[in-house]
Amino acid sequence: MNIEGLIAAAVRMGTPLLFATLGEIITERSGILNLGLEGLMLVGALTGFATSYMTGNVWLAFFAALIVGALFALIHAFMSVTLRVNQVVSGLALTMLGSGISGILGKAFVGKPAAKFQIVNVPGLSQVPIFGAFFKMDPLVYLGYVLVPLLWLFIFRTRWGLTLRAVGEEPSAADSRGINVFLVRYLATMAGGALTAAGGAYLSLAATSMWIENMSAGRGWIAIALVIFSAWEPFKALVGAYLFGFVMSLQLRLQAVGVAHVSADLLMMLPYLVTVVAMILFSFSETFRKRIGAPSALGVPYAREEKS
Amino acid sequence: MRKLMAFAIIALVLSLFAAVKVGFLYVGPVGDFGWTYAHDLGRRYLEDHVPGVVTTYIENVPDSIESYRYIEDLVKKGYKIIFTTSFGFMDATAQAAKKYKDVYFFHCSGYKHFPPNFTAYFGRMYQPSFLAGLVAGMMTKTGKIGYVAPIPIPEVIRITNAFALGVKVVNPKARVHVVWTGGWFDPAKEREAAIALIEGGADVIAQQTDSAAPVETAEEKGVYSIGYNSDMRAFGPSYYLAAPIWNWGVYYTKVVKEIMDGSYQGGGFYWGGMEDGIVEISMTDNVPERVKAVVEAFKELIVEGKFDPFTGPLYDQSGKLRIEAGKRMSDDALLSMDWFVDNIVGEIPKAEH
Repeated sequence: MNIEGLIAAAVRMGTPLLFATLGEIITERSGILNLGLEGLMLVGALTGFATSYMTGNVWLAFFAALIVGALFALIHAFMSVTLRVNQVVSGLALTMLGSGISGILGKAFVGKPAAKFQIVNVPGLSQVPIFGAFFKMDPLVYLGYVLVPLLWLFIFRTRWGLTLRAVGEEPSAADSRGINVFLVRYLATMAGGALTAAGGAYLSLAATSMWIENMSAGRGWIAIALVIFSAWEPFKALVGAYLFGFVMSLQLRLQAVGVAHVSADLLMMLPYLVTVVAMILFSFSETFRKRIGAPSALGVPYAREEKS
Repeated sequence: MRKLMAFAIIALVLSLFAAVKVGFLYVGPVGDFGWTYAHDLGRRYLEDHVPGVVTTYIENVPDSIESYRYIEDLVKKGYKIIFTTSFGFMDATAQAAKKYKDVYFFHCSGYKHFPPNFTAYFGRMYQPSFLAGLVAGMMTKTGKIGYVAPIPIPEVIRITNAFALGVKVVNPKARVHVVWTGGWFDPAKEREAAIALIEGGADVIAQQTDSAAPVETAEEKGVYSIGYNSDMRAFGPSYYLAAPIWNWGVYYTKVVKEIMDGSYQGGGFYWGGMEDGIVEISMTDNVPERVKAVVEAFKELIVEGKFDPFTGPLYDQSGKLRIEAGKRMSDDALLSMDWFVDNIVGEIPKAEH
């Protein structure tokens, strides 16, 4: 089998998951659980596609997806930070809303092609055998490579990152030190929404150049599981997302060369199975949550009055 | 002037009451660019071609008995003709047809039907798929044809087989390599399936999934493509060849007109083919004339009923003779097909049957 081809496929399949996972890591680090990733990805995919279709400018389209993603996540921020509603419910509502809105607004764009990101070879690096496969990609893949260390530095080595983590771990302590918990959570949720929408935009601007309804096909849910797998760390998120892309691609490639496929059904089900198990453990076991490094205040609305 | 306007409004309201209301139930979103999209093109065709008809649709309806409340909702809103377009709606539609005798029900892709008001209907998509196989078989140079398949149900298996049989007629040595994606639409995954097939040596990519991603991918890689469901030429200007397509509008206008003039007899199973135009092959100018000529010749034989793609001898992948020479497969056998013909490479995932 073509190893370079397999690596490239794994990275292409992993990239939309990587963006969404990184986005949710930022959001959850502030203590907000956003289960609306699937809806955000769809909104991002449609915004990206529609902008590309109307302007022909893929970068403009990508930035439009970021902005609309941030604004769409603002709904969740308002619900969970200001109104302090159940974050699981608000997140699920966001998914339904995103799927519905993108479906209705997207009808006009079905069956029409638009501009997409083209492959850019990195001089030198792309010539290296096998390893070079990582450097014959579209610009959004490279953006993913760069984003991972940058986010890691941001979260663990900057003052802002410390603030973000403090808000997610001990919001009342952060508050008493003069940190605006509400503002941090608003910003983190919006930044997370923007990145998640970028993952959706990858599907309609780089992987393909088309819009069809529900084209995220469950990737938002996989990303939620990947956040747990990654223990809220960007580098592990990269490993998880690419590993996932690898399994998906390997499964397709084994079939293509006629090797008896390792029960396709089981392989296709595996990601969802892992997601469900992780979610169950996560929601019922306090020790499991602590052990894997979940932010202590994750999913807990913060109210000032109760603490004073 | 005011009198005139009042009159116009009354006339409009009256015409709405007189209009025949036709409702559609869809399993997917209209924007899937596949199965549901094709039915909705049919609905719009009906609205444009039969005066006095108003239509509506409900999309993303659960593919189970749960669909009953959606059907009942349409009935209560005065819809007198209802098309339910997914296999999973069958029992719910039958139940509604028993309860509401004054409403005509049509169910697509199932096997239950009864007079006077419950008709089953479907299209013989395997006929144009066979023709598409002829095109692929004549255009391949490597002898490897890639096929992106959704999920292993009899309909998908039957249509894939017909495609492979078309390939075999013109190119007995060529092989059809099948990759299952496990879903009806996931453009990014369909793209990867196509790339995997192309890197494996396939120089024609065909599909049965909904999105045009395989067509677009083939265009980028410079290999030929065969689409599915509806015309996908916008995604492959230079390499897209053809597609088997649905023309549900032909059937919808026919039965609605018959109901309106009182000549329709409800019940029975209508499984229409190319002779009625309910299924068709659309070919682009990327297909050479000599190839088109072969396709047209076979099309004529199929339309006249002189040829059927599923005529023996047919062998399965293990080499076992399944249909004897000269015999045609029965409709029942076609509707429950669960084996691949011998020039297909790839397995049918087991858990599904």
